[in-house]
Amino acid sequence: MNLKKQFMEGLLTQNPVLVQVLGMCSTMAITTSFFNGLGMGVAVLVILTLSNVIISLIRKIVPDKIRIAMFIVVIAGFVTMVDLFLQAFVPALAESLGVFIPLIVVNCIILGRAEAFSYKNGVAASFFDGVFQGFGYTVVLLIMCIIREFLGAGTFGAGLLGVDGKGIQILPSQFPAGMLTLPVGGFLTLACLIAAMQWALSKTKK
Amino acid sequence: MDQIFELLAITLGAILANNFIFSQFLGICPFLGVSKKVDTAVGMGIAVTFVMGLASAVCFAVNKFVLIPLGLGYMQTVAFILVIASLVQFIEMFLQKSMPSLYTALGVYLPLITTNCAVLGVVLLNVQNDYSFISSVVYGITGGLGFLLAIVLFASIRERLVFADYPKAFEGFPIALVTAGLMALAFMGFSGLKIW
Repeated sequence: MNLKKQFMEGLLTQNPVLVQVLGMCSTMAITTSFFNGLGMGVAVLVILTLSNVIISLIRKIVPDKIRIAMFIVVIAGFVTMVDLFLQAFVPALAESLGVFIPLIVVNCIILGRAEAFSYKNGVAASFFDGVFQGFGYTVVLLIMCIIREFLGAGTFGAGLLGVDGKGIQILPSQFPAGMLTLPVGGFLTLACLIAAMQWALSKTKK
Repeated sequence: MDQIFELLAITLGAILANNFIFSQFLGICPFLGVSKKVDTAVGMGIAVTFVMGLASAVCFAVNKFVLIPLGLGYMQTVAFILVIASLVQFIEMFLQKSMPSLYTALGVYLPLITTNCAVLGVVLLNVQNDYSFISSVVYGITGGLGFLLAIVLFASIRERLVFADYPKAFEGFPIALVTAGLMALAFMGFSGLKIW
């Protein structure tokens, strides 16, 4: 088990969003404020880690043919738990993420890691894989949120900091390009991030 | 009459103003993955439309006649994903036996639909919006038609992208995302239709 390698893979070389291009729907849909990004990232991190551990534990007793169905049941169970937990303790977050929390069930990152990693590896390695991949996902979400929020609304940390949780106004409110908080902004910001990642990876290879 | 207006509003919203891909970000993975050629995009779009309509109908029944009477509302996510997975499996077996030509045309795209978030998304949105049976089915089918429209348009643009001249770092997914972003901008023009 090589922790440092796994960490670098999760954060950079095998980043779930920027390199493996998984879980795009939530990445673009909810990254309009810092609070949403943080909440979604942590929710996915927790579910990914738990489901990785359980799938790694049961990997020897699950027949090969029905493994995908088993993965989905395990993941759906954890998603329901997190969903109910958020509704009970952080209702503001549950409301602003809306349908995207139950949709973590079909988030390709979790199913992808179950199939590609935890079904083949031990419990401890799967646990760290979940933590690091979830961390890589959260970091990308936060970068997207910061860029879109700053350029689109001129604020930082909406939902968390500032008066009434409106965020700290950095740019005066008449300057920002509101387009970036619209769906278009999600596509364009992610496109630029992936392009930057591809450029950086091709540089390091040379 | 009111109901006809409601259904019309749902239809226009799902296909144009609140398109599943361009304004709700549901179903992006197959949208980017299966859009390199127009004919496969058409096949995927039709399969998704079919499953979305059927899943809306079945999940409405499951929710109303099983989950709510038993007080199991909190099991929605688990129940719905199981319904969708078995529905997709069932359609696969049915097509294989009765319409082998359509089955081979759809090929690998059928099983992929299980993890398409547009399908689970439409079912959850039906419950959230408190739609009646007819509204649910109409929302499912028109949502699927919106997906079909989006993926076919996108695939035909993407076929022409091969000849385009763009920075090397943008090769592959980034340029596809930029294209999709510009299409989303175009679809925003339909948002005026929301007044209904």
